[in-house]
Amino acid sequence: MAEAKGRITRRRFLRDGARAASALLLSAWGWEAGRSPAQAQELTFPVERGASLRVLRWSQFVTTDRPIFEENARRFTQRTGVPVRIEYETWTDVQPKAAAAANVGSGPDIVVGFFDEPHLWADKLVPVTDLAQYLGRKYGGWFDVCPQYGYSPERNAWIAIPIGAPGATINYRMSWVREAGFDPDPARFPRTTDEFLRLCRALKARGRPTGFALGKAVGDGNVWVHWCLWAFGGRAVAPDNKTITINSPETANALEYARALYETMIPGVAGWLDPHNNRAFLAGEISLTNNGISIYFAAKNDFPEVAADMNHALFPVGPVGRPTELHLFSQAYIFAYTRYPNAAKEFLRWMMEDVQYSRWINGMLGYVSHPLREYGKLAVWRSDPKATPYRDAVARMLPHSYAGRPGPEAARALAEFVLVDMFADACTGRRSVRDAIRAAEDRLRRIYRS
Amino acid sequence: MDRLELGLPRTAERRGGLRLLLEDREVLGWAMGAPAVLLLGVFLAYPFLLGLWLSLTDSRIASPGRFVGLANFWYLVGDGVFWLTVWNTLLYAGVAVVLKFVLGFALALLVDREFRGKRFVRAAMLLPWIVPTSLSALVFYWIYDSQFSVLTWMLRTVGLVEGHINYLGDPQLARASVIAANVWRGVPFFAIGLLAGLQTIPRELHEAAQIDGASPWQRLRFVTWPLLAPLAVVVIVFSTIMTVGDFQLIWILTKGGPANATHLLGTLAYQRAVQGGFLGEGAAVAVFVLPVLVGCVAAAYRALRRED
Repeated sequence: MAEAKGRITRRRFLRDGARAASALLLSAWGWEAGRSPAQAQELTFPVERGASLRVLRWSQFVTTDRPIFEENARRFTQRTGVPVRIEYETWTDVQPKAAAAANVGSGPDIVVGFFDEPHLWADKLVPVTDLAQYLGRKYGGWFDVCPQYGYSPERNAWIAIPIGAPGATINYRMSWVREAGFDPDPARFPRTTDEFLRLCRALKARGRPTGFALGKAVGDGNVWVHWCLWAFGGRAVAPDNKTITINSPETANALEYARALYETMIPGVAGWLDPHNNRAFLAGEISLTNNGISIYFAAKNDFPEVAADMNHALFPVGPVGRPTELHLFSQAYIFAYTRYPNAAKEFLRWMMEDVQYSRWINGMLGYVSHPLREYGKLAVWRSDPKATPYRDAVARMLPHSYAGRPGPEAARALAEFVLVDMFADACTGRRSVRDAIRAAEDRLRRIYRS
Repeated sequence: MDRLELGLPRTAERRGGLRLLLEDREVLGWAMGAPAVLLLGVFLAYPFLLGLWLSLTDSRIASPGRFVGLANFWYLVGDGVFWLTVWNTLLYAGVAVVLKFVLGFALALLVDREFRGKRFVRAAMLLPWIVPTSLSALVFYWIYDSQFSVLTWMLRTVGLVEGHINYLGDPQLARASVIAANVWRGVPFFAIGLLAGLQTIPRELHEAAQIDGASPWQRLRFVTWPLLAPLAVVVIVFSTIMTVGDFQLIWILTKGGPANATHLLGTLAYQRAVQGGFLGEGAAVAVFVLPVLVGCVAAAYRALRRED
């Protein structure tokens, strides 16, 4: 059947979409292949005879992640003869699995986990300083946050290779932002916390509430409350990693701000877990939230009208005058019980090298933001302007342990949602700002003392 | 040949010795019981004792830790979140078990009668119990969604409420919601257990009481209940143990939120031991539940003996 001229049919949409995707892939491939990376002496690790690897990593958030990751692994097997078995767990379940492996001394050779996992069992890991230094030299250096997560002062070595971070930005509906009297262009989106609050209030006044998770949302909840706390100069702990500094006027200001923001939110956010804001945004129940690119990815596949009307912007900057973002930092580490440490290091090297890593990040539409500066030139950051705000996530982030260092105490404070609870208490009025801070201070003192 | 003749009696002697040994009732008893004791030791006693030991150490993940006596327990005694969790657990188990018993008993009395489709109804009654907890929890996850709840939609459609219901965002409502989900899941256990008990009560007793002029309430109070009570105690105790140890439902619905209002001892122990990495403290949280469970087991044991 002939297609009507100028009318978009399903067949035409699929055909044109496939052409566009092919063009993007080829252009990306061409750039990666033709580009000459920074001069660095090549490094390879001699793979042990008869080696095989088990890799435990987080389940995909976007559907293109797994096939490309597995294709990269398959090519590694073709090249080295090392079979690789990849196991997937929901991202919050990777740590319990890795903890069990660390405890019993048996399990996956490589784990791709989050935040400060490697610091919880630092002495059980293979040092990867040589690989980290090689990658840093070759790809323009690591962003500042990377050594804070990957390097262990106790072992005086890198114990993990940063993989990147599923970054978060402010996701918003452009038409509703425009209706509220603001420019929806990400470049002119509110850049300060004051201006941002004005936008949220204007949206709410027009019946378009915002939504930020305040339940036990490991990702979305932690990301926005840490940003808010740090934006006003608050911080949980001092650089000595001992002195609890949460009880401060800066924290109070952050909570007052959050309370004002809470008034613009849809009812129910106090019970939201990670998936709630995705659903509410896609259903048009909220106009603005914080999230990774997964909402946009899902919208492009299933809700094209939402994808066309949404955009992303950087988190606004607070009174401290600099970015204060937290993103879900992911890194890979090798357990020392592995019989094939060289094969494991070679695998990580292969996956982080230009062609493989570029293919993976481009294919995920930028769901993971790169930790190495050179990868700022990836095709995905130029091919779709709506993905560009995610480009600098790792560059702009602070470690969740700020101003302390990653380790057991910071991991526990995060696992116990101390800051999320503090914000939820203050926002919902369960506690006054002062009492919410005191409760958090008490919990942090106990955690850092224990 | 001599050798053969000499050899046979030796073997026979050995076999005879083993047979003689096994004919000793005490030895045979130990031999028969050994596999069960071994299984119980490996799969129950060892983890239990390991948990007790961990609660007395400062173990962290991947580090064996050292003996710290009761330090973990003292730490918990001064911990507000821990006491909130104890309160949540008692409230959750207490309210849920009472509701499950009342509803389960009523259901058992209803289906104890003769009616068409009796077998089908009894089988269907078990469905909430046999569905995996994680699956039913996911269903409740949607039912309690703050934006897309079918329950809210129904109530809005008939004009009973306006706007959204914050099922899992308000502490009190969240507690009520998780208790309701637990009750829905646990009622069949009571219903089937008590139904089995009801069916063992001889009809003649009811007929005799009826002839003596006893009202339905009096028959329930003075005939049914005394005969059912020992079994009811066992069912209540088992349900209490399972409810106190609940994990999946809470973890899927709220992860202990909002603001720890639905944390149970099981979820708190997991959060601190596995996610937080403090194995010793997590084990201490779990050990705190021991007195409650030991009390339950003692009650069940007494009830069983009375039944005998």
